[in-house]
Amino acid sequence: MSEPVLKLKGVETDIAQYHILKKVDLDVPRGSVTMLLGRNGVGKTTTLRTIIGHWQARAGSITFDGNDITRLPVPDRARAGIGFVPEDMGIFADLTVEENMILAAISGPLDAARRDWLFSVFPPLRTFWNAAAGNLSGGQKQMLSIARAMAERRTLYLIDEPTKGLAPAIISTMVGALRELKAQGASILMVEQNFAVAKALGDHAAVMDDGRIVWTGSMAELANDATLQERLMGLSMEMQ
Amino acid sequence: MTIAPTHKPTFADIPLSERLAKATPLLLVPVLVLVGLAAIGNPSSWLTLTVSGLAMGMMIFIIASGLTLVFGLMDVINFGHGAFISVGAFVGISVLLALGGWAGAPSLLLNLLVVLLAVIAAMIVTGGLGWAFEKVIVRPVYGAHLKQILVTVGGLIVIEQLIAVVWGPEEIFFSRPETLKGAFTFWGAALEKYRILAVAVGLGLFVAMRLVFRRTKIGLIVRAGVENGEMVEALGYRLSRVFIGVFIAGSALAGLGGVMWGLYQEVITASMGEELMILVFIVVIIGGLGSVEGAFIGALLVGLLQNYVAFLEPKLALVSNIALMTAILMWRPQGMLPVVKAK
Repeated sequence: MSEPVLKLKGVETDIAQYHILKKVDLDVPRGSVTMLLGRNGVGKTTTLRTIIGHWQARAGSITFDGNDITRLPVPDRARAGIGFVPEDMGIFADLTVEENMILAAISGPLDAARRDWLFSVFPPLRTFWNAAAGNLSGGQKQMLSIARAMAERRTLYLIDEPTKGLAPAIISTMVGALRELKAQGASILMVEQNFAVAKALGDHAAVMDDGRIVWTGSMAELANDATLQERLMGLSMEMQ
Repeated sequence: MTIAPTHKPTFADIPLSERLAKATPLLLVPVLVLVGLAAIGNPSSWLTLTVSGLAMGMMIFIIASGLTLVFGLMDVINFGHGAFISVGAFVGISVLLALGGWAGAPSLLLNLLVVLLAVIAAMIVTGGLGWAFEKVIVRPVYGAHLKQILVTVGGLIVIEQLIAVVWGPEEIFFSRPETLKGAFTFWGAALEKYRILAVAVGLGLFVAMRLVFRRTKIGLIVRAGVENGEMVEALGYRLSRVFIGVFIAGSALAGLGGVMWGLYQEVITASMGEELMILVFIVVIIGGLGSVEGAFIGALLVGLLQNYVAFLEPKLALVSNIALMTAILMWRPQGMLPVVKAK
């Protein structure tokens, strides 16, 4: 088996006086989708933000693509090949959709073929290309947020709850887009509360509790074991 | 294969009231101009005051545009900005006085050339000073507003004292270049030549800034950084470097504003920047933190209102801008066109 694309070892993160991550160990296999699951407030978002560098790890190491990135500034981690879709989507509301996408292309002008592919994946982007991103609906903003991360090829995508609050039609678009991304060979680490989506997309799963990874395995294994789900997360996927 | 949803998205109709509410700040300047005409009555006096107000507003805008970006991008409250105004004025006017032959010649070309050289010298010196100021004074206090106020006010005082050491403690009186003196008459109104130049420079700068912010990638990075710096960094841009560039550019613009203001008043003092900062802060606050467009509208409102009120009721001129700020903040507590939401 190939070396994981991302490896967290004993990562600890504090936010103000709160000790949020407590020795997180996590491997993200290359070219697959890893779902980061768990109850609210167990440290899933903090884990993603620590990987991209918005929170600095107090202890432990983060290895990406064979390189230690634990102390790298945020922009260097992004340029190393990590795309980030935050929970609040992080779109630039005062910029147009086009301007958001231009910014996302960090290595040069936005590639026309890539843009057309994104239009096919997220048709509303074409419709609202010249509109202020702040005027988009919640689902369209989420599409823009993910499309922005996909504007250039990245080795790893960190995606925080992309389906939160979205209508079923939009969720199916998201799932399809992320499948296409995976088909292109990208690795994805995704926080997701919607178990149906997690089950549909995930190859691997890691479950967090109280700032630690408490279980790792295949998504199929977790999806098929209601008792395990109850024990790890307090409810079963079948309830959803 | 496309996995597009079956729904066809369309633009939602924004209600007229919402569209009007958005456009209201843009309408304030023409409304104020019309109210001024109604209150003053005499069209020629009104035109003179309007040009004077626009000139004053443009100069304040030049100074305020850098400050609002510095605040918007890195959440830095820089009271030291006033020092760049004073230094710019002293450097620029020194060039003007050194090239007194060109300034005194009755040649528009030579006069504009000497003003241009004065502006270039002032912008280079204040840009360099801004670079050092950011590195030595501002950088250690990122994220700490109280410390920022204390150290930048301290920096302002030190630089003012250094001006006194270099140029002496007295104010310096001088005359504008020959062809920029006096006024010409238009529809019975006396329009000062220099004020027309100030309006042209301010307008040109505003258009140039709009082009940079709308048409260039660095402009997009700055606009996006003001709105959500964390996300800009997550895309791969080093915002700290962009900020240093903006700080230097903002300082250089303050230097330009200092030269323009000095030529407007025909006298410069070490404390002129500090005194102007009250108006500059009013403009930044009512415009909306981080908004260049807001600063532009705010500066024009401040300039026009002060000139109209000074003509109509001189005793109220001093309080007119504070009253304007109070009224606008009661209407829009975050300013007219805020870009910075919350940090």
